[in-house]
Amino acid sequence: MPAGGLARRWRLGEKFIESWIYLAGLLAIVVLLGIIILLIKEGVPIFLDTPPWEFFFGTKWYPVSEPPTFGIMPFFVATLWVTVIATAISVPVGVACAAYLSEVAPNSIRETVKPIVELLAGFPSVVMGFIGLMLLSPLVQSAFNLNTGLSGLTAGIMLAFMSLPIIISVSEDALRAVPDEFRQASYALGATKWETIWHVCIPAALSGITAAVMLGVGRAIGETMTVLMVAGGALAVPVSPTDPMMPMTAAIASGIGNAVRGGLQYQALFAIGLILFVLTLFVNLVADRVLERQKRKFQR
Amino acid sequence: MTTRTGAASRQISQQVAYGFLIAATAVVVIPVLVIIIQIVVIGADAISCDFLSQAPSQAGKAGGIFPAILGTFYLMLGTIIVALPVGVLAGVYLSEYARDNWLTRTVNMAIVNLAGVPSIVYGLFGLGVFVLMFHFGMSLLSASLTLACQALAMTVTTSREAILAVPREYREGSLAVGSTRWQTIRHIVLPQAMPGIITGAVLAMSRAAGETAPILVVGAAFFLPGLPHSPFDQFMALPYHLYTVAAHIPGMSRTTIWGVALVLLAVVLSFNVLATIIRLRSRKRRYST
Repeated sequence: MPAGGLARRWRLGEKFIESWIYLAGLLAIVVLLGIIILLIKEGVPIFLDTPPWEFFFGTKWYPVSEPPTFGIMPFFVATLWVTVIATAISVPVGVACAAYLSEVAPNSIRETVKPIVELLAGFPSVVMGFIGLMLLSPLVQSAFNLNTGLSGLTAGIMLAFMSLPIIISVSEDALRAVPDEFRQASYALGATKWETIWHVCIPAALSGITAAVMLGVGRAIGETMTVLMVAGGALAVPVSPTDPMMPMTAAIASGIGNAVRGGLQYQALFAIGLILFVLTLFVNLVADRVLERQKRKFQR
Repeated sequence: MTTRTGAASRQISQQVAYGFLIAATAVVVIPVLVIIIQIVVIGADAISCDFLSQAPSQAGKAGGIFPAILGTFYLMLGTIIVALPVGVLAGVYLSEYARDNWLTRTVNMAIVNLAGVPSIVYGLFGLGVFVLMFHFGMSLLSASLTLACQALAMTVTTSREAILAVPREYREGSLAVGSTRWQTIRHIVLPQAMPGIITGAVLAMSRAAGETAPILVVGAAFFLPGLPHSPFDQFMALPYHLYTVAAHIPGMSRTTIWGVALVLLAVVLSFNVLATIIRLRSRKRRYST
């Protein structure tokens, strides 16, 4: 039995550690708020110089000319292009791969394929950019007869690869969550296995698959190094997917080193950061909502 | 008769559909293998003792990449020193202390969103807060803190899940013999949750080793005359080195670039594999007892 003083000291020590626990618990909110406040504080002042209308819809980004103009339309359209290309490739491939792994593949194949997909998830984005630069861009250049293989299409294909792991794993989880009774009822009605997958499993898992797609889109919008290295970096508004272009993330990464602190270009780049943040926040919130609903769907 | 041909055509359409599913899986798997084989085969020619232990010379065209390797290890260390304790404490808070109220829901939502913030935005955050506001400058410290903020979502989530997986009875047994809440956490819950927590930490380190965009903003250097001696020094790092030699230095020898890629990939993937091994071993142990 410890003496009273010792017990009190223990209790004090415990209060001390518990206060740290509370602080750490709240830190996530602090960091998120910090990001929001900083982006607003550094980014919003650009609108005193460039009205929002000109900023969002202007097609000329000349940060160092006199007077400078800041129109982010080229970057926004570029982000749109690469995201659309990436999604158009990664969604059908990813969902098909997930359906194969969860419904069709024998155990041995699944146990071999899954670690490889996890490996892909672990590839740093700069390595994917490097691969796009070295292996994919010459292929794209010769296939489409372009002046340069560095284009939105090349970046989109690389981004598709980078979103695949998350699309596959979340879709597979969604398909696995579909109760077995659904499949058995379908077989009992005489459906083949494929008809069951197509008409029963995928529709039942649709909200989870939607969340997977949203997470993939969020990944593609926010990806920086790959698009910085392989999208081409042209400042014109891209009209074709095979044009060289500069998505928003790449615009920040390539401009921030030369921007004078507190200067107009610096503010404009933080404003682009703010737009990126809001876009990805929205996508992730929706994905999280949809996933929560999917989780509750089959609970009994 | 019609039903039989109907069944046959349905069988055929099933075969066609399976063919598509298998093709999709091959489209995912084969490029991954091709990439790894390419990097290993071409990069291996560049690997030598000098390459791993010497400083670069002639703008990276000759010499080695030792300062970049060292910088990356410093970054991983700095990131995990900050992100792991905070992540574990926050995990304890969310699993043991937090009640189901608006505050807890807000914390959870913040974590989900932190995980989705683009890495370049973390870079802007690090630049604004650590480099400029706190006057840490373009330094190892700023970069580590930035990467730690980014790793936070992962260490919190994995710690929380690992702690929640500890059976309730363990806590009740400990509380029943008169331990306080913190003693129970410290001596019963955390040791049980340790493999899960470590797995998350190792994954977070692997992520920090490969992250490029944030350190590009907060102060990685392509070439430095000396090694960093304090947290306030600038540093070189593998991913930034790869970016520069691949995209910005003309006339770079092919093998050197692939060599840098190989070293980076080896560091990142070995930590990934390590995390998998820890996870599998702890799972086996749990099933055997």
